[in-house]
Amino acid sequence: MTTVEELKLRVRELENELIKCKQKRCAEEDAGGNQMHHRPRIEKMSAEVVDSNPYSRLMALKRMGIVEDYEKIRTFSVAVVGVGGVGSVTAEMLTRCGIGKLVLFDYDKVELANMNRLFFQPHQAGLSKVEAAEHTLRSINPDVSFETHNYNITTMDNFTHFMDRISHGGLQEGNPVDLVLSCVDNFEARMAINTGCNELGQIWMESGVSENAVSGHIQLIIPGETACFACAPPLVVAANIDEKTLKREGVCAASLPTTMGVVAGLLVQNVLKYLLGFGTVSHYLGYNAMQDFFPTMAMKANPQCDDRYCRKQQDEYKRKEAERPKQEVVVEKVEEQVVHEDNEWGIELVSEVTEEELKAASGPKPDLPEGITVAYTIPDKEKTVTPAGETVEETEQSLEELMAQMKKM
Amino acid sequence: MADEVTRKAVSEIPLLKTNSGPRDKELWVQRLREEYLALIKYVENNKTADNDWFRLESNKEGTRWFGKCWYIHDLLKYEFDIEFDIPVTYPATAPEVAIPELDGKTAKMYRGGKICLTDHFKPLWARNVPKFGLAHLMALGLGPWLAVEIPDLIAKGLIQHKEQQNNS
Repeated sequence: MTTVEELKLRVRELENELIKCKQKRCAEEDAGGNQMHHRPRIEKMSAEVVDSNPYSRLMALKRMGIVEDYEKIRTFSVAVVGVGGVGSVTAEMLTRCGIGKLVLFDYDKVELANMNRLFFQPHQAGLSKVEAAEHTLRSINPDVSFETHNYNITTMDNFTHFMDRISHGGLQEGNPVDLVLSCVDNFEARMAINTGCNELGQIWMESGVSENAVSGHIQLIIPGETACFACAPPLVVAANIDEKTLKREGVCAASLPTTMGVVAGLLVQNVLKYLLGFGTVSHYLGYNAMQDFFPTMAMKANPQCDDRYCRKQQDEYKRKEAERPKQEVVVEKVEEQVVHEDNEWGIELVSEVTEEELKAASGPKPDLPEGITVAYTIPDKEKTVTPAGETVEETEQSLEELMAQMKKM
Repeated sequence: MADEVTRKAVSEIPLLKTNSGPRDKELWVQRLREEYLALIKYVENNKTADNDWFRLESNKEGTRWFGKCWYIHDLLKYEFDIEFDIPVTYPATAPEVAIPELDGKTAKMYRGGKICLTDHFKPLWARNVPKFGLAHLMALGLGPWLAVEIPDLIAKGLIQHKEQQNNS
């Protein structure tokens, strides 16, 4: 008699077999057989307007005076962390634009549940996202170099490797990448990227789509200069939905290909402007899909940021600013600056919380432009009264003894 | 935040003092000692209150944790393996607790069986950095999750009591 468990095991074996076959077939297609659809590499971008030139419409940006030196795109290396709904589309756009190198990070596999988003296809289900993405992207544009890493960046060993690749994964091995793009879907991974980039002084852009799929944002982070991800509680685009009508029962996250595509588009647009030097690079750009509202702002680094490398980078930035010869200001940029000190005390309505808890838990709300708010507030450290409860008592026991004691319980 | 019982249990967990993560060398050992002290106290409290419901242990670096949790429903004990990694940004970000065997059985889970915590957990954790530790994560994160999800999964027939399952 076969039990359910045995059958489950058999199904898993067969699934793995299938994935291996798919991978083998993909490799064979790469090796030959399918060469009709694969163009050879192009050494130099041409502006010639012919049907066979994949770069003609991009090089036209020069003739139209939008971009001064489009070919420069081939000298840049960009790391994309998170190759999901936003990251995969971001990588595709950069690939089609002819970026020099892409370094992709993701620990996840393609699933059929991802098919409401763009880029991945049902036959790729079961493959790692980075592997599947590299395969598709390489066939779209063989001029781009790819480097992929299939792991979770927030664990100790992987994080060390991640930092190493950010600081050495440039187009010329050994140089840092030019830009890191955060396309992850969780706070932990964003904080890990933030920690790494603050330590390395690496410029990066953060992107995000809300769990209810109707708002998103992009943000440029220049360590020491603009607010880092830890400088303030997470910023969110107010969706103007009554919290009481928002049903969360039984689901963790919703997603739409539209919102994700829009955010990826906004992100890559900002990347191109930043790398190729045209237009105005946004510091923070929000997207409220319910009202079609795009709030923008700029936010300075917080001198009291919890991240000590952020504070170190701020000192460094101040030193450099002081050393720099004063330049004539050509155009005064009028942007709302968000200051953290001396803020009014905003009280947020959170259900299931008592009055006292609310009082103790809410902190100053940064002064933000219309349409942008914080996910939550944190009370001022000095004013915080230690909640009821005592701190751990000091003992003579060593860590090993404590571990053994816990194990015996 | 939570019900009276949880509230009381949390208030009796000792708070931690050392703001240190796994990338710090000596300070992390100090933080780990505090983590163990708080966890031991919490398990002792649970035993006294006749509500013993989990065990945890870690690798020697304290970066990877694993153990068991159990939930009593209709006088039957349902036991699950739990595991999580300490993120490099700990304690600024809480670890993501996973119950791999329940992966795919409930929508309140992320890939890999990571439990999906309520909207209240993250702000609560952020406001209590670095005072909250793994014991608080158990009490405010995993505990309430089990209390909501397990009875629901049993009612839907998605999990069976292990002895009953073996008999059938």
